[in-house]
Amino acid sequence: MNQSEFRQVVFDPSRFQGGKIFRYVVAFFVLIFLLIGISSSFYTVSPESEAVVQRFGKFTKVEPPGLHFKIPFGVDTATLVPIRRQLKLEFGFSTPGSTNPDQSSSEPELERDMVTGDLNAANVEWIVQYTISDPKKYLFNVREPGATMRDLTESVMCEVIGDRTVDEVLTIGRTEIETESLVRLQKILTTLDMGIRADQIQLKNVHPPGPVQRSFDDVNRAQQEREQMINEANGQYNQIIPKAKGLADQRISGAEGYAVQRINEAEGDVARFKELLVQYDKAPAITKQRLYLETMNEVLPQLGNKVILDEDAKQFLPLMNLNPGAVVAPASKR
Amino acid sequence: MKHLALLIGLVAAFFALILFASSAYTVSPNEQIFITEFGKPVGHPINADPAVDEAGLHFKKPFVQSVNRIEKRILEWDGPATEMPTRDKLYISVDNFARWRISDPKKYYEQLRDERSALSRLDDIIGSETRNVIASHDLIEVIRSQKDRKPVRDENLAANNSNLGVLPPIQYGRSVLDEQILKAAQPKVRSWGIELIDVRFKRINYKPGVIEKIYSRMASERQQIADRFRSEGSGEAAKILGRKERDLLSIQSEAYRKEQEIKGKADAQATGIYASAYNSSPSAADFYQFVKTLETYKKSLTKDTTAIFTTDSDLFRLLKHIEPAKEKPAGQ
Repeated sequence: MNQSEFRQVVFDPSRFQGGKIFRYVVAFFVLIFLLIGISSSFYTVSPESEAVVQRFGKFTKVEPPGLHFKIPFGVDTATLVPIRRQLKLEFGFSTPGSTNPDQSSSEPELERDMVTGDLNAANVEWIVQYTISDPKKYLFNVREPGATMRDLTESVMCEVIGDRTVDEVLTIGRTEIETESLVRLQKILTTLDMGIRADQIQLKNVHPPGPVQRSFDDVNRAQQEREQMINEANGQYNQIIPKAKGLADQRISGAEGYAVQRINEAEGDVARFKELLVQYDKAPAITKQRLYLETMNEVLPQLGNKVILDEDAKQFLPLMNLNPGAVVAPASKR
Repeated sequence: MKHLALLIGLVAAFFALILFASSAYTVSPNEQIFITEFGKPVGHPINADPAVDEAGLHFKKPFVQSVNRIEKRILEWDGPATEMPTRDKLYISVDNFARWRISDPKKYYEQLRDERSALSRLDDIIGSETRNVIASHDLIEVIRSQKDRKPVRDENLAANNSNLGVLPPIQYGRSVLDEQILKAAQPKVRSWGIELIDVRFKRINYKPGVIEKIYSRMASERQQIADRFRSEGSGEAAKILGRKERDLLSIQSEAYRKEQEIKGKADAQATGIYASAYNSSPSAADFYQFVKTLETYKKSLTKDTTAIFTTDSDLFRLLKHIEPAKEKPAGQ
């Protein structure tokens, strides 16, 4: 109200008669005053943010991204809150060069050391990702939201790890730990009403503490060795048994072949015998003789040494040199 | 005259401005205000009730009264990590944190003045309550929180080792301990105008002396598992090799049995066939014997054989007599 009065006075030239210089000086200050006023009455809200506007300190509204007007000279103040940016906190490790001062702590080694529910130790590294869900609450409810978020997350993780065995933490329970701690963190954030929404908790490196790392590796090695031993034994089994089965089948088939052969031969022999028998029965003596002579005819030429003794010279037999090649039988002169 | 009036107007405006500046003040939603008159608090604090938003432009008596701004938001206390023994005599380093707010700005201002002294009082109070609570509980009560949680066990690892993958039972749990500390500390800080909202354990670490023992226990536990894996491996392998031996022998002997059975049956059948043919009549039997004998000669007499005949044999009889002797059958 003082300003408008002042302005009116200055801009009425009829009232001013004295010194041109004075008028210029006044006009100059007024101009600067106006410029400052105009330039500080506009502000832009970047696409990732929203602006919380306060008039005389009192919260009035939240403005979306774009160009906005406010009353200058400290009447309206606008605070930009990056609500669409996903913020990240790191625990147990730190990525250098982050802009967020709360992103990592100065003592990651201490955060990393965790006591598990079976009173073992494990090194756990994890991150939490969160966004500002309500810029007004974010600004006015909790003084250091970033640091509070850090402490809460660490507390929740410590609690969740404290209810798990070391094997759950290291291997089988990882996803369950992530979801469980996120659920608990979200519950606390809801009750605190600090305008922050936790989006995700991810476990990064989780490993046994340095001095026992080797023992854990040894377990993995032993597991591999067990598999290897079993595989090798199975290999031997598979090398021997199928072959033995094949050989067994071979022997059985051979025996079956033998059986068929044996029976066929028997039947053949019998058929032949029966045919012969018919003829034999007609003239047994003659047939016998014929067969005998035929056989002798066949057999005798094959023989290497033949000695024919006179029936009266049987006593000569013991004196004979039976060595083949040097046989001259006295009775063999034909 | 005009100039004079203008000058007076300007001066009046200037004083009005100063008067306004020293009586008006703004209150932000994150601060609470109380007014002091020459250092003495007067009137009700402004914007002190968290449920009522009294932020905005306010007025006070100019010059004589001054504005004291006190934080209204929830504040954080993060104490130093302290080493302390549990009831089971284990030294651990405990780091907890608390959230608090200034509930009575006047008391707070009168007794503590600033946040630094408030934080150091909180250090003392919460620190000693934490120490008390930790000292009256076993370590596991600080570590675990869900009483009825059944851990997931890796059957691979835990098969024979019943100690592994088991959570020791608890009576209270971490959240109960948190609550105990909070309940004990709350009344002690209330007189300073401070409301303690919650206290939580943030970090529990073993002390260096303790951790060595933990490590060696963990290492021996793992050693057991590794040993078991190796022994399981060779046991399993031996089992397989045994099965191999058994299967091999059973396959081979079975084959032998079948072979003999088949051959035996065939032999029996063949014998049957022969017998039925050769036994059909006495002449058949006779003829069979004769034919078979001749066959045997054919087979057994070769060029390595030395045969000695006498002239009284059927074959060579003719060498001495022309008359065949009818009474003798063929023979050696």
